[in-house]
Amino acid sequence: MRLTVAFVPFARSAPMLGGSFRVSAGMLFAAAAFVLLVVFPVGNLLMPATSALHISDYAITLGGKIMCYAIVALAMDLIWGYTGILSLGHGLFFALGGYAMGMYLMRSIGHEGVYHSDLPDFMVFLDWKAYPWYWRFTDHFWYAALLVVLVPGVLAFVFGYFAFRSRIKGVYLSIITQALTYAAMLLFFRNDTGFGGNNGFTDFKRILGYPITAPTTRVALFCATGVALLAGIAICRALVTSKLGRVLTAIRDAETRVMFSGYNPLHFKLFAWTFSAVMCGIAGALYVPQVGIINPGEMSPANSIEIAIWTAVGGRGTLIGPVLGAAAVNLGKSWFTEAMPEYWLYALGLIFVVVTLFLPRGLAGMWRRRVS
Amino acid sequence: MAIAPQIIHDLAFGEGDARDNAIAALVASGDPRALPLLDAWRNGAVRTQGTDRVLLVNGDAAIDAFTGAAVVSVPSDLDEVMLNNRLRRALDGGINSLELQSSDRTTRLTAAKALAADADATALPAIKAALAKERDPEIRESLTLTSASIELASGDRDSRVDAIRTLADSDQATTRTLLQAVLARKGGQFVEADESVRAEAGKSLRAVDSRLARGDLAARIFTGISLGSILLLAALGLAITYGLMGVINMAHGELIMIGAYATYAVQVLFRRYAPEAFDLYLVFALPVAFAVSGLVGMALERTVIRHLYGRPLETLLATWGLSLILIQSVRTLFGAQNVQVENPTWMAGGVELMTGVVLPLSRIAIAIFAAAVLAAVWLLLTRTRLGLFVRSVTQNRAMAGALGVHTARVDMLTFGLGSGLAGLAGCALSQIGNVGPDLGQSYIVDSFMVVVLGGVGQLAGTVLAALGLGIVDKFLEAWSGAVLAKIAVLVFIIVFIQKRPQGLFAFKGRAVEA
Repeated sequence: MRLTVAFVPFARSAPMLGGSFRVSAGMLFAAAAFVLLVVFPVGNLLMPATSALHISDYAITLGGKIMCYAIVALAMDLIWGYTGILSLGHGLFFALGGYAMGMYLMRSIGHEGVYHSDLPDFMVFLDWKAYPWYWRFTDHFWYAALLVVLVPGVLAFVFGYFAFRSRIKGVYLSIITQALTYAAMLLFFRNDTGFGGNNGFTDFKRILGYPITAPTTRVALFCATGVALLAGIAICRALVTSKLGRVLTAIRDAETRVMFSGYNPLHFKLFAWTFSAVMCGIAGALYVPQVGIINPGEMSPANSIEIAIWTAVGGRGTLIGPVLGAAAVNLGKSWFTEAMPEYWLYALGLIFVVVTLFLPRGLAGMWRRRVS
Repeated sequence: MAIAPQIIHDLAFGEGDARDNAIAALVASGDPRALPLLDAWRNGAVRTQGTDRVLLVNGDAAIDAFTGAAVVSVPSDLDEVMLNNRLRRALDGGINSLELQSSDRTTRLTAAKALAADADATALPAIKAALAKERDPEIRESLTLTSASIELASGDRDSRVDAIRTLADSDQATTRTLLQAVLARKGGQFVEADESVRAEAGKSLRAVDSRLARGDLAARIFTGISLGSILLLAALGLAITYGLMGVINMAHGELIMIGAYATYAVQVLFRRYAPEAFDLYLVFALPVAFAVSGLVGMALERTVIRHLYGRPLETLLATWGLSLILIQSVRTLFGAQNVQVENPTWMAGGVELMTGVVLPLSRIAIAIFAAAVLAAVWLLLTRTRLGLFVRSVTQNRAMAGALGVHTARVDMLTFGLGSGLAGLAGCALSQIGNVGPDLGQSYIVDSFMVVVLGGVGQLAGTVLAALGLGIVDKFLEAWSGAVLAKIAVLVFIIVFIQKRPQGLFAFKGRAVEA
C-alpha cells in the first residue's frame, strides 16, 4: 500500500513531464546515436593516438561492456521499475544469451585450439568424442542468434507462466528467481553439463570470419551494441507510453485493482517478463565477444542483485535512469578496482544502502526534483 | 636358546614356499622373540653375509640372528635381503598372527582387523589358537568372521557350510563378495556343485545384504539429520527476523560469519592466555558469538533496517549492501584467507555404529546443540514476557503499541535475537567447516529456502523443512551426486512455492493477505 502512495505523485506528473520531455528526448536520442555511431568509431579508428580526439581501445571495450550492462539495466527497469517485479535472476538470462553466442564462437575457433581438434579444448580434455546434441547447428551464426533469443525467452516464459499464474509476487518471487539462477550456476559449474564447467568459454578467435581482436571488429561490435541499446530504449519507450505500459504501471501500483477492472495481470506480466529476459539475452550475446569470456560466475546471485542496483541508482520507472545507473556504477567499479580494489565492496555496499534509504528514485529522480 | 637356525636360514636364503613355511613355523613356535624378528625383517633391517650369516642391523649396532649375540664389529660386505610382495604379505600375516597373542587389547584388535582385510590359509591355525583364548567380544567377532572366510575357501563341505552360516553375521562388504563367489556361475554351470552349500550361501548373502542396506540407510539418515540440524541452526535466526518480523535480511549469512569469527577470536585468546583450559573455549565462545552477532544485528536494525519496514524489496537491497560491507570489513580485519578454528579435543573422533558407519562426535554435538537452541527459542517466545511482546508486535503492531508495548524497542530486541541466533550458528559451523569471509554467502540461499519452505512465522515448519531438506538432499546425493541433488532440491522448492506460496504450514484466513 505504501508503494502506491509513494508513486502516485510521480504517476500524475508523468504525462506532463512526458510532454516537455519528448522534444529534448528526441534530440538526446539523436545526439547519443551520433556519439556512439560516429564519434567513437572515428575517434578510435581514424584519429592518430596523439590527437586529443583519439579514443583508446580500452575506452571502446569498456564502453561496449557498459552499454551491454545498460541494456540489462533497461530490461530490469521494464520489469521492476514499471511492472513492480524485482527479479534477482536476470543475470541468468544475460549469461544464457552469452553462452548461446559463446557456443558459436567456440565452434568458430576451428582447429586452432590447443589440441587442434574438431572439438573445443574442454571437450577434448574430458575425452568426449563428439558434440552433445544441444551443440548441433551452433556453427551457424543465424542459429546461435536464434538461440540467443529463444533460450532465455522460453525459460522466462515457462518460469514466468507458472510463477505469475500462482500469483507469486514480491519477495517470494525475488527469492525463487535467485534460487533459479543459483541452481543454473551449479549446473553450469559441472564439467559434464557440456559448457566448459568452471572455465566456461574463452580464447575466441573470430566472429563471422573476422578476427575477434582486430580494431575494426571491436568497433563494429561496439556499434552493434550501441544500436541495440538505442533500439532497446526506443522500444521500451514505445512500450511504456502505450496502453500496455499503463497497465504494467497499474499492476505495479495496485495489482488487485487491475484484476478487478477486468484485466488479467498474468498476460501483461508474462509479456514484460519474457521481453525483459530476451533483452538480457541479447545483451549477453553482445557482451561475450567483446570481453572474450563467459563463465558460470555470471549466473551468481550476487551478479543479479548488482543489476538491480544499477537500475535503482539510475532511477526506477524512467528510461534514462537505468542507462545512467549502469554507466555510473560500472565506471565507479573500474575506477575502484584499479585505484583501490579493497574499497570497492565498501563503496558498492554503501551505494546499496544510500540509494535505498535516501535516493529511492535514483539519479534521475534527483535531477527531476531539481528541474521542478 | 635362540630360534631354530633352520628357520632363519630358510627365511634368509630360501625361496617362496620355504619362506612361507618358515614364517608359519615361527608363528606356531609361540616364541616371544619371533615377533621382533619378523618386525625387523619387515622393516628391512636384515642383512646377510655370504650364505651362512644373518645380521639384524639397527643403526650402527647389529645382532646375530642365529645366536642373538651382539656383533662387535659390523662387517662391511653385507647384502640386503630383498623383500618382494609375496614375502611382505607373508610377513604381515605372521606379524598380525603373533600380535593376536599380545596382552594389549588395542594391538590385538588392530591385528584382528588387519587379518580380516587380508588373510590366507596360513593364518588359520594362529587365528584358531587366538580364538580359543580370546575373551573380548569385538575381537572374537572379527576373528570368527575371518576364520570363516578362510575356511570357506579351503575347508571340506561341513566346515564350509559352517563358515557360510557364520558369515551371515558379518557386516562387511567383502563378505558379500565372498558369498557371491559361491553363487557364481561360469558358462551356465554353477562354480559350486553342491546345491545345499549354495542354498546356505544364498541365505547368508540375503542376511548380509539386508544388514549392509540397514547400515547404509542409518548412515544416510544420520548425515541427513546432521545436514538438517546445520540448516536449522542457520535458518532459525532467519525464521525470527524474516518469519516473524518480515525483514528480508540478506546479511543474515554475514551474521553467521561474524559468529564464526567471534569463535575464532575466543579460540585465539584461549590459546594465548589459557592453553590449559583450551577444551573449554567453546563454552565461552557461545555467548560471545551470540552477543557480537546480536549487537551487530541491533546496530543494523537501528541505523538502516528500521527505516525500511514495510518495503521488503528495498530492505532486500539495503541488507545486501550491508552484507558486502560486513564481508569487506572482516577481510580488512582478519585477512581474506580462511582462518583455522580448532575443535576442542572432546569433539574429535566418533562413535562407530557398525563397521564402516562412523558418526563424528562434532556432528552429533551440533545436532544436539541445534535441538537445545530450538528448545530455548521456543521457550523464549512462548514462556517469557519478551516472547509475549514479540508475538504481540508481530501480530498487531498498532494494538500492541496502544497497550503500552515499546514497539521500536521490541523490534530491535527481536532483530538482535535473530542475529544472535545466527551468531550461534556461526559458532557451530566453525567446528565443522572452513571459516572465511565468504562463509555466510554459501548459507544465505539455503536458509531462505528453509524458511520459505517451512512457512513464514512457523517454528515447527522451519524445523520440518530443515530436517526434510537435509535428509532428502543426502538421499538424492547418493543417487545422483551432490551438485545435481542440490539443483533438484532448488527446483523442487521453486515448484513447491508455486503450489503452496505460504509454505508447509500456512496461516489460514485473513492474516495471509496482510
